[in-house]
Amino acid sequence: MSADIFWIFLSAMLVNNFTLFYFLGLCPFLGVSGRVSTALRMGLADVFVLVVTSLVTWALNAFVLRYAPYLALISFIVVIASTVQIVEMVIHKFSPTLFRELGQFLPLITTNCAILYLAIFQTNRGYGFVEGLAFALGAGAGLTLALVLMASIREQVDLNDIPEVARGSALIFLIAGFLSLAFMGFAGLLSGA
Amino acid sequence: MSQHLHGSGTRGVGPGSVLTRGIWKENPVFVHVMGLCPALAVTNSVRNGLAMGLATAFVLMGSSIFVSALRKVIPHAVRISTYVLIVATFVTVVDLFMQATVPTVSKALGPFVYLIVVNCIILGRHEAFASKNPIGRSFLDATGTSVGFTIALLMMGGVRELLGSGSLLGVKVTPAGFEPWVVMALPPGGFFTIGFILLALNAWRRRRARSDRSVRELMNPVTRTERAA
Repeated sequence: MSADIFWIFLSAMLVNNFTLFYFLGLCPFLGVSGRVSTALRMGLADVFVLVVTSLVTWALNAFVLRYAPYLALISFIVVIASTVQIVEMVIHKFSPTLFRELGQFLPLITTNCAILYLAIFQTNRGYGFVEGLAFALGAGAGLTLALVLMASIREQVDLNDIPEVARGSALIFLIAGFLSLAFMGFAGLLSGA
Repeated sequence: MSQHLHGSGTRGVGPGSVLTRGIWKENPVFVHVMGLCPALAVTNSVRNGLAMGLATAFVLMGSSIFVSALRKVIPHAVRISTYVLIVATFVTVVDLFMQATVPTVSKALGPFVYLIVVNCIILGRHEAFASKNPIGRSFLDATGTSVGFTIALLMMGGVRELLGSGSLLGVKVTPAGFEPWVVMALPPGGFFTIGFILLALNAWRRRRARSDRSVRELMNPVTRTERAA
């Protein structure tokens, strides 16, 4: 059982990386991957929202959607958005420092496709409370890893003389392609399990 | 999203331009670099790209009509959540419809049909255009953007299916000796394809800007001599 949970975590983080395998959360991946420090904070905010989402999804699945499965999409969107909003207010009240670190990213993340995908995936695969938590933590770690890797590469690239035609998003996509290629190497991990 | 708010000063734009600009000049994927999750995730074949394009088109066109019709009723503070609710309703309709009529495509797209809800193209068009314009114009704008999005998906899907499996729409088109570049049908291929398309567009735009400039420089001496005469 504990081995299963470890594999769920590892697979979400490396093998089926949300950004580099499923193309989720590309907006922040392009937008805030300029500096490593920002990328790291964005990643941590991601982990936070994903964990909240996982808990909310579990509760919705256990208590509401059993009776009305066709409401899944609408309730995920509404409930997740409002929960994140509430948590944001609570953090703002009790820990202004933490809010300054993560706050500006939280509303952005709520409308991120990674969040909705997590909720849907968790439902489709029938993950329970603990598995869902492991999945959310793995997905968050994977997003953070991809963001930080990308930011580190871009900090180096900024120092180089790039042909003007390749500057901007074209170059970022090509770099992301190579990162994605590298991450495909992790696919062997799962067959070994 | 701020890039995409070009719809605010649209009073002087004619209906023809409202319809056509989203198709190429302001193509949501290639010019505004939006809606990338679906553009990359489901375009490993032309068929999947087309299905995703049509599903998104239905949602965008339908929800734009609703947003535009309700634009004077929706309170400003809760507008985004209202738009999301409208969009989610349409996505549920599309999902159930696809499950019933084209189950294989529905299975291939998987959860990505749901992700139409968070496609920033849709919310972007609502916020920038449908919430400020009458129903007819909003519908034209939504149609143009949908066509542009579908064209982008078809281009991505075409390149990736041709190189990745040597076929188009499932029909083999490459000679027998062609070894498929499997990587193009896998996730890295999506990043490479969009990267190279953007690169080509950049190069094309720069060349056009340069030729515009040289044309102007050629014209200037003429006007000067005319003035002297």
